[in-house]
Parts: sequence; C-alpha cells; structure tokens
Amino acid sequence: MATVPGRHPAAVDLSAAGPRLTRRTLLATGVGAAAFAAVPAAAQLTVTIDRGTVKPLPVAISPFFGADAARAEDGRRIASVVGADLERSGLFRLIDPAAYIQAPAALARAGPRFADWRTINAEALVMGEVRAAGEDDLTVDFRLFDVAAGNELRGLRFTVPRRDWRRVAHKIADEIYTRITGESGYFDTRIVYVAESGPTTQRVKRLAIMDQDGADHRFLTRGDALVLTPRFAPDGRTVAYLTYAYGPPRVALLDVDSGEERVIGDFAGMTFSPRFSPDGRYLAFTLADGGNSDLYLFDRRTEERRRLTRGGAIDTSPDFDPSGERLVFNSDRGGSPQLYVMEIASGRSERISFGDGRYGSPAWSPRGDLIAFVNQKQGDFHIGVMRADGRDARLLTRSYMDDGPRFAPNGRVLVFARTDPRRNRTRLFSIDTIGYNLRELATPLDASDPDWSPLRR
Amino acid sequence: MRLLAVLACLALVTACARTEQGDAGAAAGDRPVAGAAAGAGAAGTAGDYAPGSQAALEAEAGDTVYFAFDSAVLREPSRRVLRQQAAWLERNPDATITIEGHADERGTREYNLALGARRADAVRSYLVGLGVAPARLDTISYGEERPAVAGSDEEAWARNRRAVTRIEATS
Repeated sequence: MATVPGRHPAAVDLSAAGPRLTRRTLLATGVGAAAFAAVPAAAQLTVTIDRGTVKPLPVAISPFFGADAARAEDGRRIASVVGADLERSGLFRLIDPAAYIQAPAALARAGPRFADWRTINAEALVMGEVRAAGEDDLTVDFRLFDVAAGNELRGLRFTVPRRDWRRVAHKIADEIYTRITGESGYFDTRIVYVAESGPTTQRVKRLAIMDQDGADHRFLTRGDALVLTPRFAPDGRTVAYLTYAYGPPRVALLDVDSGEERVIGDFAGMTFSPRFSPDGRYLAFTLADGGNSDLYLFDRRTEERRRLTRGGAIDTSPDFDPSGERLVFNSDRGGSPQLYVMEIASGRSERISFGDGRYGSPAWSPRGDLIAFVNQKQGDFHIGVMRADGRDARLLTRSYMDDGPRFAPNGRVLVFARTDPRRNRTRLFSIDTIGYNLRELATPLDASDPDWSPLRR
Repeated sequence: MRLLAVLACLALVTACARTEQGDAGAAAGDRPVAGAAAGAGAAGTAGDYAPGSQAALEAEAGDTVYFAFDSAVLREPSRRVLRQQAAWLERNPDATITIEGHADERGTREYNLALGARRADAVRSYLVGLGVAPARLDTISYGEERPAVAGSDEEAWARNRRAVTRIEATS
C-alpha cells in the first residue's frame, strides 16, 4: 500500500467542520499493481498543449461499477461527469459508451481486456468502482490505463460524503488530465460571475457562483444593488467585488459560504477593480478621487493603504503576477488605454502593449508566462494573449464585444464574457490560450465578469 | 421620477434620431444636447412639474451633457447646458445634486468606470467654476452600467456617453 508522497496528501479538508476527503493510491491488485510498479510512465500516451493543433485523445470511460443498483447509478453519474469534463477541455474525445465491449462488472472483477478496448480505438481507458462507506460516505476507486501499452497509469481512492460525488468526479478528471498532459487540471473549480437580467437600460445584476461545469449554481446577492467584477481570493471562498449597495461604489469582501460581507476601507471616492495578491494578503484596486483614477494597495492585515500611481491619467484593472511583486494594469497615460507592468517595490512602470488600437482588462496567468487582454480596434473587440514582457501578442477571438478574460488555475484556458448585439445576449465563453476550443458556458441568465477559482482543496 | 426622466429621454432620442437622419458624420456627442438646449429656451413658463424637481431642471436648464468617445472634454453645447444648470441652481438654492458619469459600452467595464468618474468630475469642476458651492455637488460613476438607450450603433453610443445631473434634495 504505497501512498504517493507529497502530491497526494492522505487527507484533505473539504470544509472546516465537515468530514474529510481522503485520497490515497489504490491498493491495486494483479496486473494493475505490477504495471504500476514496473512502468514509471507511458511516454507515448500524451497530449501536448503547446502545439498549434490538438488531436483529441480517444478515451473510453466505463461506467464505474457498483454492486447494487444505487451504487451502479452513482458510478454511472460519476463516469458521466468525468467524461464531460475531459471532452469540454478539447483534448479528449469520448468514445460512445454504447460501443464498449467489456462490461463494468467484468472490468471490476478481472481488470481490462485490452484487446476489447483496442478494438474500439480507445487509447486511454478509465474505470472505477463505487462502494458505500458507512452511513453517508462513498468510497470511489478509479484507474487510468494506457490501452496500447496495456498498463495502468494511475489509481486513486477517494472516501467522501455522498453529496460530494461531483467533486470526486472533477478530481478524477483533474488526475486524468494531469497524467495525460503533464499540466495541472482545472475541473475541481468554481466560477463566480455577474448574472444579468432585465432591459438594457435597467439591468439587474447579481453575483452568482457555480461549478466550472455549471452545476450547483446559486445566486449570492439579491439584485437590489448593482454589483460588478467579482474576484476570488486564493482561498477560493472569499470574493472581492464592486457594490453600489452602500451609496458610493465600494469594494466589498464576501464569504461565499457564510454570506458574511464587509466593505474595504473608508475612502473619499469610489473604489473599484479589486484583485487579490497571490498570497491573499493584499488587495490592489482603483480609487477614483476627484475624477482621477489611481491604483492603491490595501494590506488586509494592517489595513494600511499605499498609493501606487499618481497623475491625471486613468490607472485601473491591476492584476498581480504569481510572485506578487509586479502588477499589470491599464492606463491612458500615453494618450490611449494601454497595458503597463509595474514593479511594486520601486513603482517603476513599463508599457507592454504596442499593437493597433486600445487595450484593457489585463489578466496575468497563474503560470506567469502570459498576460491576457482585451484589444479594441476597427470596431471589433478581441481577447488576446501576450508574453509578460509584451512580446508575441496573439489575438484569440474577434466579436462585437468581448470583455474580462480570466485564467483557469492551470493557465491553459481563459473564461470571458461576450455580447452578441443581434440576439441581445451576453454570455460566458471559454477558449484555450492557443485559440482553440471556444465554448459557451451554460448559465441560467445572461452572464458577465467571470472569475475562475483556484483548484479546490 | 427616474422613470419619467427615462421616458422623457427616450422621447427626446426618438425625435433626434428622426431629425438627424443622413447626418451620420456629424460630431456625435453634440447632437443630443441641441434638443435639450432648445427645450430650455421655453423655460420660465410653468410646466406640469414641481418647482426645484428633476423635471424642472430638465425642462428649464437641461439635465444631461454629452461627450465624444473616450473623452471628458466639455464642448460648447455642453458648457451652455451647464451654465443654465448653474443659473438654475442659483434660483433653487436648496437643491443639492449628484452628477452621474456614464460611458458607452465600447470599452472594458473597469476602464469605463474610471471614464465615467472623469466625466462626472469634469461637470462638477465646471459648475464649481461657475460659483456653485462644492458642498452641493456629489459625483458617482456608473461606467457602462446604466445606458440611456439600448442599441449597438454610434447613434446609441453617443447618447450614452453622458453626465446626468440629478436632484438629490430641494429642502
């Protein structure tokens, strides 16, 4: 019974008071265990994301086996969520379960008959088993196989409260994604955004949160006050956002689980465009005082504030690099809105956007390598990415209006809002950072200002 | 009150749109002001509104000024309206106001919040320069969040790049 050191802690808190989510390497048997021990990695079964084009990997995901009808149903639903996650990434092609030759029970009993899976052109195979664990818990095992090589790549066991079955599915999808791509995943995450309803001139806006696949959707505010631009703290449960509920527009912090809220600072003027530092200690935001918008840093521990920019230009939309030492931001100090990077300690700024048109809404990738942005030129809006020094700018989208790109925690996917004027519709979309796999996210109402949570722990 | 203002605004826009067809190349931001200023010419005759009210300000001085794209510069038609507003505020010494800065949707949401703040302050500074006591003036930016009209063309955008003077209290 070997646990993988470091990467897979034996126990992870799901909530402070609640039961624990435990994960450990499967106590694998027979051929699976031998293969797992003997083969360090199957080098050939990989998808490389940096390539210009991606050929999705054909994967078979067998319904997870359950010994009785209830567990079999759990197993079917878990496999379905895993498959949907992987397919939405654009890197996997799910083989229709109707084509599977080997049944879940046979898989669970004897392991894969690889010939059966090669026949249907599966390159990867995912199988699993669900059992009841005590009154309210489930134990979920899963295994990932390289079908061509005939060996096991990964095996994990999760024991969780039954209500958390979706999170197990997302964690399994993250493990598969990581094993195949070499990148960390982004499926066990949430998206906070602004839900919109009502006519254009009297829009009702509410904060809402959902899993990245649209499940477990709920509204966080009632809609009686205008709210904008929610941003996750690194803890994944505190959200900073702009609210008009207190008179002058203010940055407020909301605990999305408890509903507890507090306003940040008492400033003469409007505060907006909040972003958390990567360690969660600081908030960068804009203060508009006397019509002049400048950047400030707020220390959540000491409540001290520090002014970062001066002068009559608009300085807004700050976003930290992963080290927390630099900010990218939007400024019209050069005559039109462009992107600048500031070293916080010295206050020195350098312009990094030099293409045609106007730039805004920069987002620094959690990987540190890229900055996403909005570029507005010749009547169109684009989402693009550039290197952190401004080189190699590439436009990924083009539409009437795209705004607010934010990265998934692995830095490989962006979420943003797109307005379609003909259908009078604003919705969330995701696209990968090489410009492939544009997809609309399902939301019950119109939607804007998305932010992607860190991977949940 | 707010609803009335919106309706009045819509009526104005329709009228403007009708009279200005074929004038697409004109300096966009100045157009809607002409209607408001012309209306103000009839001021002084008592309309069906309460003295010192939003409707009174709108009818007697004009409550909205317009801007060019990504600009907070007050052009002459806007300054004319603001001079009328300053005079109106002198006639209504108990009135306190909030100046709302607005942007069209053609920019990022956060930049437009800053731009709206800049526009509201341009109006505030101009009114203060004309002798209105700073304590009577507050500002707020709505960015692109509260357009006056729906629409995805220059006509609509021009009407949304604006600052609106709202009566907060008159007693």
